[in-house]
Amino acid sequence: MTSPAFTDHMGRPIVVVTGMGVVSSLGEGLEENWNKLSSGISGIHKIERFATNELSTLICGSVDFIGAEANSIVDRTYILAENTTVEALADAEINGEFNGPLFLAAPPAEPDWEDRFELAKELTPEQKEGSVYRKFLDILHDKPKRSFFESSQFGMVSERLADKFGTRGLPVTLSTACASGATAIQLGVEAIQQGRTDRALAVATDGSVNAEQVIRFSLLSALSTQNDPPEKASKPFSKDRDGFVIAEGAATLVLESLEAATARGAKIHGVIQGCGEKADHFHRTRSSPDAAPAMAAIHAALDDAGIKPEDIGYINAHGTSTPENDKMEYLALHNVFGDNLSKIPVSSNKSMIGHTLTAAGAVEAIFSVMTIKTGTLPPTINYDNPDTAIELDVVPNVKREMQVDSILSNSFGFGGQNACLVISASPA
Amino acid sequence: MNTKSKNDVVITGIGLVTSLGVGVGAHEELLNSGAIAPAVNDQLIPPYPLHPMPEIDWNEQIPRRGDQRQMGNWQKLGVYAAGLALDDAGFKEDADACSTMDMIVCGGGGERDSDVDTIIIEESLKRNDKDVLLNEKLRTEVRPTLFLSQLSNLMAGNISIVHKVTGSSRTFMGEEGSGVSSIETAVARIQAGSSTHCLVGGAFVAEREDYLYVIEAVNALETSPARPIWQRDDKRGIVFGSAGVFLILESKEHATARSAKIYATIDGVLGDAGARDEAAFNKRMTRLNTELNASDDADTLVLSGTSGRSQAMQLEKNYLTSHHANSAIRTTSAVFGHTLEAQFPLGLALGAIALKNDVQIAPFAEDLDAPMSKSATKAVVTSVGHHRSEGLATLSKA
Repeated sequence: MTSPAFTDHMGRPIVVVTGMGVVSSLGEGLEENWNKLSSGISGIHKIERFATNELSTLICGSVDFIGAEANSIVDRTYILAENTTVEALADAEINGEFNGPLFLAAPPAEPDWEDRFELAKELTPEQKEGSVYRKFLDILHDKPKRSFFESSQFGMVSERLADKFGTRGLPVTLSTACASGATAIQLGVEAIQQGRTDRALAVATDGSVNAEQVIRFSLLSALSTQNDPPEKASKPFSKDRDGFVIAEGAATLVLESLEAATARGAKIHGVIQGCGEKADHFHRTRSSPDAAPAMAAIHAALDDAGIKPEDIGYINAHGTSTPENDKMEYLALHNVFGDNLSKIPVSSNKSMIGHTLTAAGAVEAIFSVMTIKTGTLPPTINYDNPDTAIELDVVPNVKREMQVDSILSNSFGFGGQNACLVISASPA
Repeated sequence: MNTKSKNDVVITGIGLVTSLGVGVGAHEELLNSGAIAPAVNDQLIPPYPLHPMPEIDWNEQIPRRGDQRQMGNWQKLGVYAAGLALDDAGFKEDADACSTMDMIVCGGGGERDSDVDTIIIEESLKRNDKDVLLNEKLRTEVRPTLFLSQLSNLMAGNISIVHKVTGSSRTFMGEEGSGVSSIETAVARIQAGSSTHCLVGGAFVAEREDYLYVIEAVNALETSPARPIWQRDDKRGIVFGSAGVFLILESKEHATARSAKIYATIDGVLGDAGARDEAAFNKRMTRLNTELNASDDADTLVLSGTSGRSQAMQLEKNYLTSHHANSAIRTTSAVFGHTLEAQFPLGLALGAIALKNDVQIAPFAEDLDAPMSKSATKAVVTSVGHHRSEGLATLSKA
């Protein structure tokens, strides 16, 4: 019989964070990231990885260290995830096999253009007609090339992580677009709550900044084109915000039942107290203008956590800096928190690190844990020209010392994805 | 594993499109027929045989042309099959049920714009500044909607838009294994009482040069004339098939309260992964078999999800002959082709239909598929991915 001290308001095991690792454009490791983030330093820079001719967006938050030499999205995505997982496991003081399930948020996989160009060199003059993929089939039939297979296997990154860290069972690779990081955490929490495991590894990673990605998001008018200076482009909740800044990063969280963590004497960083989700049927890339699905996701997270809106002390916003998201997110928060919202600071980590896409929900969950642990609210930088229609205390430009116990972290994505987490201080 | 309880998981809806037809009815007829002739075509993308999509009137499940235009065949096939599943379960017009329905899609990626990619590659052969060229062409040639039609999670997104399924939306990726984890996760949630009804499934389109080439990059595609599936042991072996498969999984309590028809009970689902040497593989499959208490007798129908790929096929063959020698084996891909992400859901769908209708299914393949002496009351569904991941599900007659 589990002691009531180890279960939540619904009688489920309490799930805690015992290990954290993070990489973003700000740097490698939690300490460097948190120091820079809480100091309001931006990691956004000019694109140097690839040619930017014809592009209207010339800036990004790519991670150009720890294996920046990797050409393919799959390799970069793996390298980032491996890095943060090494850090998180060391932090959790777990040596040897992890021996729990792996939930990985990773971007879709496909061969890179460099590889396609390389393969095209094998084309013979007779192979003129038909689609390029028909020609590639003929080339590869005679001359197989394993790298094409591997770079297009969606299960590749999780398999490499599972092998390296000794996770148990069939790893789950998931995508809920820009909410993926939060979903990975939610899946880990559920597995522990269901009693299927005592510990789970939630990893979210994205190394997908390349020319095609930038162009695709540009065609959807999603990216900021305020290229100069790069560090001023991401300005959530500002009047002149014009899009998000595409970025890379990764985060790993070691999740454990409070009981198992206590039993092994692990240090406990925080509690994942509630998870909520809700899908939106309004549009492929736009949220319902009435913000009802986002509100439902927030309510679901609060209910799951067993708390009321007034118990939330700070909100880690999705805050992408697109005109539409920030307006919709404000409406959702306004409707859920009412007049109380003016007393709740709300800031966006994306003002410093850009939008790390698949990784964002987990990167920001770790920063939320750090916010509670350190009693420091990270700022929303570049807040020089407030959008007066968005009446939020965004912790403008400079961090604030303030102790909070419970944080709401929002993640919203293309395809009607909405996922929210409630993160709380460790139980006394 | 839970003992029988109100949170037993039952299958109450099936949406099924394969090369051999559209809808549960067409497949019931098929399974009842004495012999099944696969709809295999080796002229579409020679020399590779494949089982293409059947004729589909998209309007039946995706009434708005505007929605159809936003998707490629992969997303449309999934959205269509999801609509069939909702219809079959009696949820299609039930807005409340759809708005609280959870959803897990097992997905790959959608079609690339082959014309644009062909232009870029053709130009690249004439120029040295390939990165500059890439930007020029992508900037002018790519259509924004085609990016969305490629995105893995937009099959789920389109299901929300077209069918208003909005309780939750998750997309799992990773070839065959994504089908296993989707169902495993949905079942675990229902058993735990955190979900009452869930739409789960995916789709795969075989007639795609832009996907076949990455599999041919390891020479894994079977060429014409295709050998009998269990004889493809030295090389190659995969014949892909198109399919869209969605299931409605429901807690028994929820299903009974609304007097829903029940196809079958899912007793258990488990997945695993690891090294593909014989010893490690056998150990994993034996564990799954033991933990699920998978039966092996004349009442058991085993739906093998083998991809046909040489080494993986051989490993699975050994598992089946050693653990299911007394059961009736039916080799799904021999009839429908290998449907990748949809393969595991397809096995469950066929098993559920067979259990509900007391069908004695004619053999699908040579070698392992023997005639049935009676209809099955239990089913075991296998998944041995063409490159990684294994899974097992056990079903019983409701």
